[in-house]
Amino acid sequence: MKKDGKLAAFWRKDATRTVMASLISILIGLAVGAVVILITGLTSESLSLKSAWEGIQLMVLGLFSTGREAGALTFGFNGTNIGNMLFRATPLILTGLSVAVAFKTGLFNIGAPGQYLAGTAATLFIALEIPSSVVPPWIIWILAFLGGMAAGAVWGAIPGMLKAFLNINEVLACIMTNWIAANVVTWVFDVSNLKNVVENSKSGYIYTTAYNNVQTPKLGLDKLFPGSQVNGGIIIAIVLAILVYIMLTKTTFGYELKACGANRYAAKYAGIKEKRSIVLSMAIAGALAAAAGSLYYLSGNTEFYWSSYQSLPDAGFTGIPVALLAANNPIGVIFTAMFMSMLDIAGLQLTNLTAYNEYITDVIIAVIVYLSAFSLVIKMWISGRKKRAAAPAEPVAAAEADTAETEAETAAEIAAEAETQTDAADAGKEASEQ
Amino acid sequence: MSFLIRQTLIYAMPLMIVALAGVFAERSGIINLALEGIMIFGAFVGVLFVRIMQQAGVFDVAKEMSNYLALQGFMCMTMLVAALLGAVFSLLLAFAAINLKADQTIGGTALNLLAPALVLFLIRIIANQNTLQMASGDAASWFMIKKAMLGIDSDTSNFFVDTFLNKVYLSTYICIIVFIVLSIILYKTRFGLRLRACGENPQAADSLGINVVRMRYTGVIISGALAGMGGFVYALTTTNCSANGDVAGFGFLALAVMIFGNWKPLNIAGASLLFGLFKCIAASYSSIDINGDGIYGLTTIGLNANFYRLLPYVITLLVLAFTSKNSRAPKAEGIPYDKGQR
Repeated sequence: MKKDGKLAAFWRKDATRTVMASLISILIGLAVGAVVILITGLTSESLSLKSAWEGIQLMVLGLFSTGREAGALTFGFNGTNIGNMLFRATPLILTGLSVAVAFKTGLFNIGAPGQYLAGTAATLFIALEIPSSVVPPWIIWILAFLGGMAAGAVWGAIPGMLKAFLNINEVLACIMTNWIAANVVTWVFDVSNLKNVVENSKSGYIYTTAYNNVQTPKLGLDKLFPGSQVNGGIIIAIVLAILVYIMLTKTTFGYELKACGANRYAAKYAGIKEKRSIVLSMAIAGALAAAAGSLYYLSGNTEFYWSSYQSLPDAGFTGIPVALLAANNPIGVIFTAMFMSMLDIAGLQLTNLTAYNEYITDVIIAVIVYLSAFSLVIKMWISGRKKRAAAPAEPVAAAEADTAETEAETAAEIAAEAETQTDAADAGKEASEQ
Repeated sequence: MSFLIRQTLIYAMPLMIVALAGVFAERSGIINLALEGIMIFGAFVGVLFVRIMQQAGVFDVAKEMSNYLALQGFMCMTMLVAALLGAVFSLLLAFAAINLKADQTIGGTALNLLAPALVLFLIRIIANQNTLQMASGDAASWFMIKKAMLGIDSDTSNFFVDTFLNKVYLSTYICIIVFIVLSIILYKTRFGLRLRACGENPQAADSLGINVVRMRYTGVIISGALAGMGGFVYALTTTNCSANGDVAGFGFLALAVMIFGNWKPLNIAGASLLFGLFKCIAASYSSIDINGDGIYGLTTIGLNANFYRLLPYVITLLVLAFTSKNSRAPKAEGIPYDKGQR
């Protein structure tokens, strides 16, 4: 009996339900991916049912794929894949954090791609223009990283200011600044002398930072995961995630940001400078997204395609599902970013080993985002089922739904509030029963 | 000059029709951020339909006999198919936003992510490359109207013929007609009034016996159909009838046009022409010859090409900065309808 009560309390906890909702979203996303593969496998005459089954296997277990042997797929520990997963997770953690911080302030930062580009450009200029024969490379590295973040902060603050002072919808402002960034970056590299002319096959690319002996230290991770691109960047990203977590939960500043997110006007009434908070939140979001670009290109073996005016970097957009799936929790972002980069690796394996291609992972991600739009419904569905099993609390659930809908801010935020109310009510009920 | 007007119209049409798509959704109370995604999907569906029909050889005879009427009919059919599937695709947004009361911004973003992913996945499997093209020929030889087709002597050359009858697409005029008809429906019919009421005060509308859920579904479906059609029109006129999971941000630009046009059709028509002009300058500034003296004015200034590419976006931001104070969005947009709330 006692154990049962504990279990019920565990289920009632908001965090549990959030995690459950995310896991359900992931499962449904994977299921949709499998269905798409199955349908294309069945309808296309060139693809067999066996290939569809292989595709589904790789989609789920791609991280542990070790290639093909005698025509059959083999699975096992693959250090290269895991190392690459960590390497690809680095920018995703940071763009995810960027979106999450803005979300906490009630802003939808779809401008991460532009901020990422701004950071990339600043970093590459600093890392390549300061001669490493004069300044020690590690100082250049730090300057490049900080310079990138500063550029991103400025770029992020622009839509923030437009939102705070002119009340322009931040989604629209972010989209415009994204394309402006794409064009400006193309322009500055077009007239710069950083285009790679040494290797003929690399036309359209900027020199890697390794040309100037600037690269992120490996910190022994390359020994752990041989053959992969992993470096110390992942540790920086995780540290930044923890710092953001501390900022949001343990400081007055973080509290002010969240207050603005919950209700901008109430925050103003309480004496919080809400305009300042909005601008700063976007600046921090910009700096984080820029750090993603910085770390990615400072690794020394990645090349930047400078004529980027026609497309925006995917890493920026993937920050959105990373943050949503983590319910905007900075620590959760670390794990969801890992999951996304795992899907990425699986997609590559899919392209290399089967007739299918990596875009299926984007389909899965899109489905997950779609589901996270109504994560509240999923959460209510979970709690509704569990409650019916434990104790009938239908009216409370209905009330919870009502409060949630009236203040249609970010779904997760409100859910947390409604949940605490429900918890309080439940606790009261239990007390009265005793 | 003729060239400039023609090109401007070509860029303006997708913007205009897709901005109207946004109006129908938002006036019914649903923020449709998915316009870009629906356009991408519509472009893909349209090109795929053209490709399948070509491979089946349905219009081969018509093409050989130079039966232009049949070919134009083929194009209209494709526009209809794109509109139809665009509407189906938009149901995803409608379901999430209306039935599940989801966050509309995130739902729209999901569709914007889903469309290119799904489209590219399928294109790779169908065409084994990242671009889906027509099975044979090009857009100009199949669908473009030239003055010879209309029985105009090839020597005839005046401003009207050059601008509006030669080297144009029928889709441009269809878009204009659809735009006018739908604008009238939105403002002069009972249905239009009811739709707009649902975007302003759904509770009041409901109390008068209007089915808010059905109205919002209608709004989103019309929106999806227009955006899907706009997507195909974009693919047909600017990318030579090919789809690659990208419409160069036209869907988002259309959103900006809609806001700039203050959710009103007439202003939107003007705004889209303005943006069309800037897009046109960005795309072909080096071949614009305004007074016909053989000097390409804008190249002589010597500005970087990126400057012109930058212009539409910078101007959008500036325009928004100056007009945002007067802009009046539908009051209830983005708020899920809740019967119990008064």
